[in-house]
Amino acid sequence: MLKDIRPALVVLLLLTVVTGLIYPLAMTGVSQLLFPAQAGGSLIEKDGKVIGSALIGQNFADPRYFHGRPSATTAPDPKDATKTVPAPYNAANSSGSNLAPTAKALVDRVAGDVADLRKDGVSEPVPADLVTTSASGLDPDLTPQGALVQVARVAKARNLDPAVLRQLVERQTEGRLFGILGEPRVNVLALNLALDGVGK
Amino acid sequence: MTLNGWLQIIIFCALVLALTRPLGFYLVRVVQGEMTWLRPVERGFYRLMGVDPAAEQGWASYAIGMLVFKLACFLLGYALLRTQGLLPLNPVGQDPVPADLAWNTAISFLTNTNWQNYGGETTMSHLSQMAVLTVQNFASAAAGIAIAVAVVRGFARRSSKTIGNWWADLVRITLYVLIPLSIVYTLVLVWQGVPQTLLGTVDAVTLEGAKQTISLGPVASQEAIKMLGTNGGGFFNANSAHPFENPTALTNLLQMVSIFSLGAALTNLFGRMVGDERQGWAVFAAMALMFLAGVAVLYGSESHANPLLAGLDPAMGNMEGKEVRFGIVNSALFATVTTDASCGAVNAMHESFLPLGGMVPMVNMMLGEIIFGGVGSGLYGFLLFAIIAVFVAGLMVGRTPEYLGKKIEQREVKLTMMAVLVLPLMMLGLTALAVVLPGPMAAVSASGPHGFSEVLYAYVSTTANNGSAFAGLSGNTMFWNTTLGIAMLIGRFFVIIPALAIAGSVAAKPRVAASAGTFPTNGPMFVGLAVGVILIVGGLTFFPSLALGPVVEHLAMLAGTSF
Repeated sequence: MLKDIRPALVVLLLLTVVTGLIYPLAMTGVSQLLFPAQAGGSLIEKDGKVIGSALIGQNFADPRYFHGRPSATTAPDPKDATKTVPAPYNAANSSGSNLAPTAKALVDRVAGDVADLRKDGVSEPVPADLVTTSASGLDPDLTPQGALVQVARVAKARNLDPAVLRQLVERQTEGRLFGILGEPRVNVLALNLALDGVGK
Repeated sequence: MTLNGWLQIIIFCALVLALTRPLGFYLVRVVQGEMTWLRPVERGFYRLMGVDPAAEQGWASYAIGMLVFKLACFLLGYALLRTQGLLPLNPVGQDPVPADLAWNTAISFLTNTNWQNYGGETTMSHLSQMAVLTVQNFASAAAGIAIAVAVVRGFARRSSKTIGNWWADLVRITLYVLIPLSIVYTLVLVWQGVPQTLLGTVDAVTLEGAKQTISLGPVASQEAIKMLGTNGGGFFNANSAHPFENPTALTNLLQMVSIFSLGAALTNLFGRMVGDERQGWAVFAAMALMFLAGVAVLYGSESHANPLLAGLDPAMGNMEGKEVRFGIVNSALFATVTTDASCGAVNAMHESFLPLGGMVPMVNMMLGEIIFGGVGSGLYGFLLFAIIAVFVAGLMVGRTPEYLGKKIEQREVKLTMMAVLVLPLMMLGLTALAVVLPGPMAAVSASGPHGFSEVLYAYVSTTANNGSAFAGLSGNTMFWNTTLGIAMLIGRFFVIIPALAIAGSVAAKPRVAASAGTFPTNGPMFVGLAVGVILIVGGLTFFPSLALGPVVEHLAMLAGTSF
């Protein structure tokens, strides 16, 4: 047992240096060299300012924009640091709702969101992604249905032809990889950036 | 369920299957010391450590070396977490980790569990992420594989006093397997969008003019070994659901394949080392059957909309706690894979699965994570059940059971039962304790039967060294940090030590020639018997607890009850 102490300590220190420092630092250097944009977080800049990351969803509440999914992320309560307050799309504290399928809070929240969509004139069955929170709270995407169902509202708010917006959504829709892997999706930030460009 | 969904599952299966033999071949060469392309580095390690890699060890000596190493891991990990506020590479200025959380986290990573009672981006400095968590991701995975190899050597050798050299196994597996694979894997992840930077955060001004602070860090390098080593501890709180950990359908497929690949390859290593690859394929087949059953139930469950939510398009399934880019099938497949193995990474929130969907991960873990399993732990865990299976077969025909030419006698069966019984003891015993005591239930977020499931899931996941959670549980309290830590320690080492003892015991036996009365363990009969034993042992032990949690919740949901 005593004779094991030296190899245990030495190998742990060596592994700490090799796998804990050299490996991540070397990978950081190589990644910055080969894929600088991705390694830095796929940031999007507009007029020299960072407006977000292509991979991270952001909160949209304005009727003139397509809205992403509800987000369950929180932030520390500024008045009492031991508590948290809702802070949708807080990219410094990813989190899902972790509500049980039988939680009253879930049933009530979804009913409220469905009612809001009905007020906006959505009469068809609501695409599930539009009223459910994502696992990360930072989901950048909607299903194509989730975007299309918002076309009428956005068109009205912007005084645009709904057919133009539907085409825009279709153009922004990314299909499955090789036609098989993953799910069809629309990146909401990219869609809204394209939307701001319409008619300019 | 859709045709495309099953096609995606089939592609995943085909990739795992295709990797099993080549990786198994490579692993055998590594653990037998036949790989030499890093020889100078390897020799440097041995010289500084003062060990002779050719010096063979008996099982007790092997186990003690492993335990002393683990103790050192705990002490260093604990010390670094407690002092991270004073150390460099802390761009966000994280405070020292509190004592109970540091205890829980240090144990969690050295046992390959990666249960996380903290959110990574709000708790850990970059130095802690790299020098504690990433290092343990490598070391605990290498240790798991080493132990599995030692157990296999026990069956492969005849009349031998030794089962290999712990230090050589640890060094070789890390240098020749885990580091090279992780380097390639990291670059693929970065290419796909996983960040790898020393920056802590970036501030953005969103299209609507709000400020958004985006957490970054050396994510990809940790992500690679997190999956390959079936560790599962995320850089971010949301784990592989976070778009920075798992940005695309391609990374998701790779992550799932990498959870299973080494575990599957070890079945082939087993076959090769005992001299009959079909022995390995029989183990593979038993595992594959249980995997397919799990994924079918989970995928089926989540394809249904939650009946309590009115007005939704029923064709889209249960999307609460899932990401659009993964959808139903990839969330269901990932959850099955991560709990078949002892990974515990998640790309969807298991807590928000429909009750029967959420039961599948629990069952996978209750069975001891022997469906490909954690790297190494899956194989030695399965071999314990194989011993029970041949023992049962022996009882039926009244012969001394044999496995791989080794007589399975009283000592082996007793040791096996010790290892197999410690799991339900911790899982159910600690769940009962937490439910009965007055304080702990305050940490539980769900009401009704789901609250019980949350507690059960926590102790099942930690005892089985998985690390996934019904994450509504606020486990960062003294009681939970302490008891979950104990569950992880006992669930790890009270299986490893009996498994090594069995290895030592069977290594010392001669190999008896197969006769007409020998029960063949390389064919479908054995596969069926092994699966039956696993399901009966698991089913009988755990069914009452499942009835109280997910089964009741399912019935309540169908009756329209919410809590």
